[in-house]
Amino acid sequence: MKNNNTNIEFNIFPLGDAALTAEFGDEISEALNDRVQMLYLQLKEQKVPGIRDIVPTYRSVTVLFDPAVIRYSRMEQLVRKTAEHMTVGTGGEHFVYEIPVCYGGTFGPDLSYVAEHAGITEEEVIRLHTAPDYRIYMLGFLPGFPYLGGLNDHIRTPRLETPRLKIPAGSVGIAGGQTGIYPMESPGGWQLIGRTPVKVYDPNRKQPVLYRAGDRLKFIPVTPAEFDRITALTQEGAFTCHVEPYRS
Amino acid sequence: MSRGTIQILNPGALTTIQDAGRFGYADMGILQAGAMDTVSMQAANLLLDNAPDEAVLECTLLGPEIRFDVPCAFAIAGADMQPLLDGQKIPMHAMILAKAGSVLKLTAAADGLRTCIAVKGGMDIEPVMGSRSTDMRCGIGGLEGRKMAAGDSIGLRAPETILPDAYKRYLTAREVQRYLGHLRNGSGVKTLRVLWGPQAHLFTEKARGVFAENEYTLSADSDRMGCRFTGTPIPAENGTDIVSDGIVCGAVQITSKGLPIVMTADHQTTGGYAKIAAVITADLPVLAQLKPGEKIRFMPVSVKEAEKAAAGQRRRMKKLARAVN
Repeated sequence: MKNNNTNIEFNIFPLGDAALTAEFGDEISEALNDRVQMLYLQLKEQKVPGIRDIVPTYRSVTVLFDPAVIRYSRMEQLVRKTAEHMTVGTGGEHFVYEIPVCYGGTFGPDLSYVAEHAGITEEEVIRLHTAPDYRIYMLGFLPGFPYLGGLNDHIRTPRLETPRLKIPAGSVGIAGGQTGIYPMESPGGWQLIGRTPVKVYDPNRKQPVLYRAGDRLKFIPVTPAEFDRITALTQEGAFTCHVEPYRS
Repeated sequence: MSRGTIQILNPGALTTIQDAGRFGYADMGILQAGAMDTVSMQAANLLLDNAPDEAVLECTLLGPEIRFDVPCAFAIAGADMQPLLDGQKIPMHAMILAKAGSVLKLTAAADGLRTCIAVKGGMDIEPVMGSRSTDMRCGIGGLEGRKMAAGDSIGLRAPETILPDAYKRYLTAREVQRYLGHLRNGSGVKTLRVLWGPQAHLFTEKARGVFAENEYTLSADSDRMGCRFTGTPIPAENGTDIVSDGIVCGAVQITSKGLPIVMTADHQTTGGYAKIAAVITADLPVLAQLKPGEKIRFMPVSVKEAEKAAAGQRRRMKKLARAVN
């Protein structure tokens, strides 16, 4: 089922009779993920009756649909047409979310280990961790858990040998070459370097997850006092992250 | 506003509130959840003239004991948990009237695994993201996002005991066979029809043959997230790790040990194992009723056959609705 009509290559596979996956490749790359985001947004914009969910991942888009409303063959056609006609560089706006993080101390019990592992100071780890705009390749594992790309190689750190049973919501960690935020309390084996007072996931909010795949996150270091102030504001629903349109 | 309550006296092995599931949020990593056996959920609701996807109590293996504080009609569909109302045997797949103070007791599933209890007018549960389904992993939906516990009280939205055509609101044994064929008794090997999946090409023809020609046994460490099977490993020369992509109910992942896990209602939205196949919609209820130790065979079919089977199932539900309403 190769597509030959355009320079964007993709394959469409059934995933049962109520879902399909459009795959652009099988690696982690910005160019590939750009296509994923484009197809995701363009399918979303069409508001196709019968579509239940559209899941963008690193390298593919999975569409879940109600087969009582739209048949597989029709759905496949629609996805194929959309993917064939999309042009690189289009497909909706993305944003950069500034996420305040209090590094070290009780919030980041593994910051010293990460520094030691890299052979640099804790301040240097914070500087390297707060420098990039991290691309959200996809959300998964937990509600709002961002798979981020762009961690500086210097601060790559292996996972904990024994995972913790309880990691507080908002914890920011490193595992291998990945960095991310735990949106809710969960067990996990990541090296925790800090915590954000922002509720990136709140099931009772109209938009339960702050950001979506394709957006960027930038971590901003804050003091414990600032952490407390933002926590209080968050509880009143009076805190919003600084957001800017993303320009590549 | 609740107009009466039901009290959980004993929660049984695992009882949760479930409807058709939570849709529209999977792109944020939010689980679908929902009833494992949607056909039984719909049948229980249709017997009461509820909306087919109204939330029900999904009971697993060993049913709960519940007290009604107001008179209310209810119906039980799915695995036969030999229900008793105030100590008297009552039929499955029928509308039954509870008096104020009546105690409903479900016992161990004689055949199958899961049973749905529907109450007339539905339960007074605030939907979260459009669904009343309990997502136990994330602690949302249902009652505080958790399974039922002794002492829990659930509000009823519109309990009633007087329904039109009350005399029609039951299924004969033959109708159960016709409309809920997936509950069929028997110890034989069951069939799960599948479509080949997005990573089927990572397996050789011989490996796909191993998958399609052997029997697999449901393992005891299965849950609402997935059904694990044991049996002949399916070889994969280059392993089964992939760059994570989307998964759905019925997706058959092959683990690093070469064994199939079929993802079910509480599955994560993405996963990193190769999906050799996916169980067709019409056979998901069969999967939901499998008990550990039961044997199955995966049977590859075409998209056309899968759609035909799904259409047949929708037709049977329509007939059931007409037969009891």
